[in-house]
Amino acid sequence: MQIYLPIAEVSVNAFLLLGLGGIVGILSGMFGVGGGFLMTPLLFFIGIPPAVAVATEANQIVASSFSGVLAHLKRKTVDLRMGTVLLIGGLIGAALGVVIFNYLKAQGQVDLLVKLCYVVFLGVIGGLMFFESLNAIRKTKSGKPPARKKHNWIHGLPFKMRFRVSGLYISVIPPLIVGVAVGILAAIMGVGGGFIMVPAMIYLLGMPTKVVVGTSLFQIIFVTAFTTLLHATTNFTVDIVLAVLLLVGGVIGAQIGTRIGVKMKAEQLRILLALMVLAVCGKLALDLLLMPSELYSIGAAGH
Amino acid sequence: MRALLSLIAMLLCLTPSVEAEEVVLGLSQDSISITTSFDGTEILIFGAVKREETIPDGPPIEVIVTVAGPSMPLTVRRKEKRLGIWVNTDAVEVDRAPSFYAVQTSGPLREVLSNTEDLRHTISVPRAIRSVGAPAHIENAESFTDALIRIRSRADVYQLREGAVSVSEQTLFRTAVRLPAALTEGAYPTRIFLTRGGNVVSSYDTTIDVQKVGLERWLFGLSRNQPLLYGLMSLAIAIAAGWAASAVFRLFRA
Repeated sequence: MQIYLPIAEVSVNAFLLLGLGGIVGILSGMFGVGGGFLMTPLLFFIGIPPAVAVATEANQIVASSFSGVLAHLKRKTVDLRMGTVLLIGGLIGAALGVVIFNYLKAQGQVDLLVKLCYVVFLGVIGGLMFFESLNAIRKTKSGKPPARKKHNWIHGLPFKMRFRVSGLYISVIPPLIVGVAVGILAAIMGVGGGFIMVPAMIYLLGMPTKVVVGTSLFQIIFVTAFTTLLHATTNFTVDIVLAVLLLVGGVIGAQIGTRIGVKMKAEQLRILLALMVLAVCGKLALDLLLMPSELYSIGAAGH
Repeated sequence: MRALLSLIAMLLCLTPSVEAEEVVLGLSQDSISITTSFDGTEILIFGAVKREETIPDGPPIEVIVTVAGPSMPLTVRRKEKRLGIWVNTDAVEVDRAPSFYAVQTSGPLREVLSNTEDLRHTISVPRAIRSVGAPAHIENAESFTDALIRIRSRADVYQLREGAVSVSEQTLFRTAVRLPAALTEGAYPTRIFLTRGGNVVSSYDTTIDVQKVGLERWLFGLSRNQPLLYGLMSLAIAIAAGWAASAVFRLFRA
């Protein structure tokens, strides 16, 4: 069944979109990430204009994160105080990100920036996660307990604040910076930033794993909601029909994925996620390095 | 002023006061509605050649039909390898390029239309694109408009279909123009040219209106006129869907 998207001005198969939403939803449910980093490139691939894909994906992430955070609130695994600090950084970052996005769109370099961001971040995060989980699997096999709670340079910074749910007493500067970085990425890449936020919270801030996903989802809702509004009012690129089709598939897939995820070990899950992240990264890197089949591209006029 | 006057004089000389052969046109539909389930359409363009006299001797009458989408300025960019990766470098502004352009003829285009007539009436695909000129530092600026045509032809939005117009008895003609699913809104100028021996003997202009209707129209209008409201509505739908999904699956679990 073909459906005409009013803002993207292209006609696509509705079942294809539902299916894509569903598959990405399953993966996001399994791994506790928004799935934007997979969905946005897939949308490029089926011919949605990049600007519409980025803006619409932000809107879809609002839905999936909201669905997820409700479950976490019930289990009291959301650090609202930490979430708020991250959020302040995130909103500043999102505003900066949309400004950068619009500037580069006018320069004709937005595709390059988006792809470079993907390659760099997916490569670094995927690589780190892969080796970390490999080590974790090796350690559990040899029976050594994993080392925890190291004091590093982050604990020497000023403006300390107590985060009771996370059991932390640290400076607000690192969470603010993490928030800004994720906000910028959310606006430029059309992702919630969970795949960056989650490792940053565990490894940089030293938060306990059980509150990380909920807290990350909590702040992602607000950052992506803000990004959606900015894109809707400055670029007019949020396609609500596209978003609805994706999120229907997405929320159903997420619930299925959660069940699959429960049955797997944490290290196995992380290694699978790492491999997936690296695969997407490799594909995008090849696109940048190999000579494209069409050297020319058409864009809207303007400087 | 003088230039204008001479231009008018020239035009008056060129246009015969009464054309010997005229087009009488029919369209299967003169407006196209883009609904949610819109998946491209085909319009039938048919008509007859009206004459006061008998069919003139000489080369037979040929028919060219063009349908154009709304024109808009564009930027065409070229990638080059910089520091190991492919980056957009040179860009050429194209002043006007139609979002859709179909040329259908009753025979090979070069035989039914002379070059000068093509220039005068801007009929063929390359003529429909207007590019004032590239910045001086860019070599081979033509390759940019060529690329534009190549990309759009591949996407089937620029079409040249020679021999797609059937003419019978030098009087009746008909053709079907295929409009793709990815159509933009606007007035689609449609032109019919009658030619003999490569020269245009008569032409006829009309427009086909393409517009979004119903939900499509409402959503598009809202996103442009009330972007804040539209954005908030998108968020409300997203949050409602997220809440509904978790509520439904809680029922399942219980």
